[in-house]
Amino acid sequence: MSPTSLFRSRIFQFALIYLCLFGVTVGLIGWIVFDVAKESVSRQIEATIDAEITGLVEQYNQRGLPGLVEAIRRRATSADGSRGLYLLADKRNRVLAGNLDRWPDERTDAAGWVTFRLEFPESEGGGTNFGRARVLSGDGFNLLVGHDERERTWVQSTILWTLVGSLAATVTVALFGAVFMSRALSRRIDAITATSREIMAGDLSQRVPASGRGDEFDRLAANLNAMLDRIEALIAGIKQVSDNIAHDLRSPLARLRSRLEVALMEPPDAESYRVALEKTISEADYLLQTFNALLSIAQAEAGAPRRNFTQVDLSAGARDAAELYEPLAEEKGLSLIVEVAEGIRLQGDQHLLFQALVNLLDNAIKFSPEGGSITLTLRRQGARAALAVADQGPGIPEALRERALERFFRLEESRSTPGSGLGLSLVAAVARLHDGRIALEDNRPGLRAVLDLPLNDRQPKAARARKESAAAGAPASAGLKPSSEAAS
Amino acid sequence: MRVLIVEDDKETAGYIAKGLKESGYSPTVATDGKEGLLMAASEDFDLAIVDRMLPGLDGLSLVETLRGTGKELPIVFLSAMGSVEERVKGLRGGADDYLVKPFAFSELLARIEVLLRRGSASGAETHLRVGDLELDLLSRSVRRGDKPIDLQPREFKILEYLMRNTGRVVTRVMLLENVWDYHFDPQTNVVDVHISRLRQKIDKDFDKPLLHTVRGAGYRLREPD
Repeated sequence: MSPTSLFRSRIFQFALIYLCLFGVTVGLIGWIVFDVAKESVSRQIEATIDAEITGLVEQYNQRGLPGLVEAIRRRATSADGSRGLYLLADKRNRVLAGNLDRWPDERTDAAGWVTFRLEFPESEGGGTNFGRARVLSGDGFNLLVGHDERERTWVQSTILWTLVGSLAATVTVALFGAVFMSRALSRRIDAITATSREIMAGDLSQRVPASGRGDEFDRLAANLNAMLDRIEALIAGIKQVSDNIAHDLRSPLARLRSRLEVALMEPPDAESYRVALEKTISEADYLLQTFNALLSIAQAEAGAPRRNFTQVDLSAGARDAAELYEPLAEEKGLSLIVEVAEGIRLQGDQHLLFQALVNLLDNAIKFSPEGGSITLTLRRQGARAALAVADQGPGIPEALRERALERFFRLEESRSTPGSGLGLSLVAAVARLHDGRIALEDNRPGLRAVLDLPLNDRQPKAARARKESAAAGAPASAGLKPSSEAAS
Repeated sequence: MRVLIVEDDKETAGYIAKGLKESGYSPTVATDGKEGLLMAASEDFDLAIVDRMLPGLDGLSLVETLRGTGKELPIVFLSAMGSVEERVKGLRGGADDYLVKPFAFSELLARIEVLLRRGSASGAETHLRVGDLELDLLSRSVRRGDKPIDLQPREFKILEYLMRNTGRVVTRVMLLENVWDYHFDPQTNVVDVHISRLRQKIDKDFDKPLLHTVRGAGYRLREPD
């Protein structure tokens, strides 16, 4: 990462902002600590000085000036370690006793305090510092009792340097941290960017790499990859559909065209034209039906209609379908046995579910031998619904059952029966849309198609209860019917 | 009956116009949305057939604008967009019917006839009569001449729909939509069987049949000649 791009990195900018805020805070705290420490050392010194003065005043009161002189001399000699400063001078500032060699020139404030320059002898390391002292005036003498400020200066400078040092260390570490963090994060983001570029360039098989740490970036990568999988599947689906349309609509179209051509070649005759046109129309109807079925499958497979999902009463839908097909079954001499459990509801697409159900019944009726029976059952199995349509027809050999769900698959022996070969593949697509599956089983004899759907009713209980009580007040259960369609 | 056809595909528009003319309507064609809106708003048409995707102004906006001006003529949408969602959008936009392309002309014709009738007949009638066939919605009873006829609830609804559209062709898809309230593609003649059951009950024992099959289109309930 070049320095310019480093400064453009948001993460680095954030780190810098935090660093500044942190620095200011540490500086502020340091200044307070510094001030409090300075103040407390000063107070300590002044308290010591006051205590010394009290002691000396006591000496003077008991033993007069000679006693005071003696006390000062004693304290001055032992004061080296404690940094005490003593000076007793007469009114003309001539030194009588003490460990200072002359009376300071600096002025005394109203409370009698004075701060003065202090030269240290070579023996004590030399240098200049300040003393802090209190001046008292007695009868014919002036007394100065003080303390040098080296201790305070030392405390101050120690705190100051500690602060500066730690601040410098913090800034350095934080700067390195910011660079490191922004580089590390940029690497992850760059990986995603690089992948998306490759995908944009047309390679949809690329996937965003994951670090395996399970962090936010891995979650993002996983979601992106899931999205890419879905897109890839959809594109593959679209390609398959268009391939199938190309293959399977071509032959009926060709047939339609040649029928018209032949009709034109024959001698003009209204009746034969009429027959040819009628046949052409029924061929076109078949084409339209196939086309509509393909569209329904594409719609179910695109997954987009999930937006149309509503609460669907599968039980009512199954009863409606049975009622719709019962006369047809009867006409063919079949008995339709209906065993539908009540109150099975799920979130789904009403129209597609009904179309799936109708396709299963269509098939069962189409392939049933005269006098046979068709059974429609709807059961709850735990958190799933099992919708089964069983017939006593020829069934589908086990080896071909998987393929029977593919588009345009038709058993050789059923080529003569009408149909597009799309019925079961639409059922399969509808099942997938609802996170369910379709299973083809042996009904001994016949075929049993079981549509297995999860009852993914994720509504909270309270809302569901409200909805149900509202539905109870409505005139009739809507079943699979969409209310918006009722007006059309 | 003047019918406005707003359709940008000239061939489709031409064939609809020709078909309508042969069925006794006087069709007018507009080939883009703006022209269509202008004509629909300024002239008196009895019905409009509007394509969803149009140059100039799309069909949905056209219908919404037209409804906004207070025009109440029946409107049929023609569209290649056939999903339930699109149908609902079209009907909410103010259309009275929605037909998905490709469609059979007979289907369009049947729907137009029903829509044109809707304007004149009152839907609140509780007693319907065709020839000597009578249906009473309040007592839910049917009789022909002096003979009472016992119908299943669904058969009753089919007959009611047919009687409300006496003299007009009713297609199988229209029956599924209006009697069953489902919109789907049956691969078998499932509706025909319901009709033949109904026919058994209302026509079988009588001289003059009322319920007729119209080849390639649907069914028609008609006053006896």
